[in-house]
Amino acid sequence: MEFKDYYKVMGVERSATPDEIKKAHRKLARKYHPDVSKEKNAEARFKEIAEAYEVLRDPEKRAAYDQLGADYQAGQDFRPPPGWNPGRASGGGAGGHFGGAEGFDHSDFFDAIFRGMGGGPQGRGGFDDLRGRGFDMPGQDQHAKIQIDITDSYSGATRKLQLRMPVESEAGVAMQDRTIEFVIPKGIRAGQHIRLAGQGAPGMGQGGAGDLYLDVEFLPHALYRAEGHDVYMTLPVAPWEAALGAEVEAPTPTGEVELKIPPGSASGRKLRLKGRGLPGKTPGDFYFVLQVVLPAADSDAARKAYEDMASAFKAFRPRAGLQHPGGKA
Amino acid sequence: MNTPTRYLAGFILEDQEELTLDDLCRACAAQSELIVDLVHEGLLAPLGTAPEVWRFTGVHLHRATVAVRLQRDLGVNPAGAALALELMDELDSLRAQLSRLESL
Repeated sequence: MEFKDYYKVMGVERSATPDEIKKAHRKLARKYHPDVSKEKNAEARFKEIAEAYEVLRDPEKRAAYDQLGADYQAGQDFRPPPGWNPGRASGGGAGGHFGGAEGFDHSDFFDAIFRGMGGGPQGRGGFDDLRGRGFDMPGQDQHAKIQIDITDSYSGATRKLQLRMPVESEAGVAMQDRTIEFVIPKGIRAGQHIRLAGQGAPGMGQGGAGDLYLDVEFLPHALYRAEGHDVYMTLPVAPWEAALGAEVEAPTPTGEVELKIPPGSASGRKLRLKGRGLPGKTPGDFYFVLQVVLPAADSDAARKAYEDMASAFKAFRPRAGLQHPGGKA
Repeated sequence: MNTPTRYLAGFILEDQEELTLDDLCRACAAQSELIVDLVHEGLLAPLGTAPEVWRFTGVHLHRATVAVRLQRDLGVNPAGAALALELMDELDSLRAQLSRLESL
């Protein structure tokens, strides 16, 4: 397994004081907190930081880590020395973390140093210790992000998701890959959460499993964008369609529609299809946002058409509103 | 012949209604004192005039869950959590506006 340089993770020197470590942790935790951060891999970083802090904040764990890790660099292949047993394992320290962000979701590296070595009940410590004593505690809720297409919300859809999460077996609790197949409820919006009851981490003793929460994001779509339960689409129109009015065909997530462009429309004008946004108890609306596009003046006929337009609109002053107060007309 | 479907049926958290204070505490693993504090901070606005008759929605549940995590992981108090959540709301709406303008 790879050696983890917890000091590097925290961005502190090996000689850092407990106070410096605490400050570094707070700063990084704010930056990568999954509820706050928009950084990629925020959740993985946050867990890594929590694990590093769990070791470096605890003088005994830090001493054990320093003893082992003095000759290693981050990423280097790591094998704990034969017979390595930190003695107290994680029994005492881990107790305070149950129900916390860290839980028992540690890296293999952490487990090898603080849990797995030495074998037997003493070496295992922590979570398994408490289980053996008939300790009851509900399982933790798990969170994951999913990205779906806006059209999935219109029709409902099914999805598979691979998650690495704690799974309980006779040998205890271990991290395993699990595949979950679930239904995307119709009408879901970006920022909402799908709750899958009982699909989170297993509980201890009589405690039931936690829930799994899926944080929903929409993938960028070539045509549609959602704001809450309303959906917008830019609709390009020719200048004469905007000026004179027209009937055009346009796609929507629920099928093609015939649309009347009112005469005298300008770029940015919104045309609403009531109730054709995301479905739901109160469905959203669908909006076409008009965008006037100009044909290129790339032929004699096209240039002539623009010249004719210019002579027909001599009085038209597109920049009339830009005159500086007090400036020359 | 149809094979039986193994798809899990989830529901939209934010669509839940009529949650009591007890329901909310259980669902976000919080002490009722914290939820009462969050209501007093104005972060959660349940229907009903007293804690015994408060009725929360799934939107409240999500906000309370985030507040609980911020408190646990970053050591912020209820007032700080309320401020953080309101600023995050503002950020979200600014990001949405920005992406609308960029798509024009």
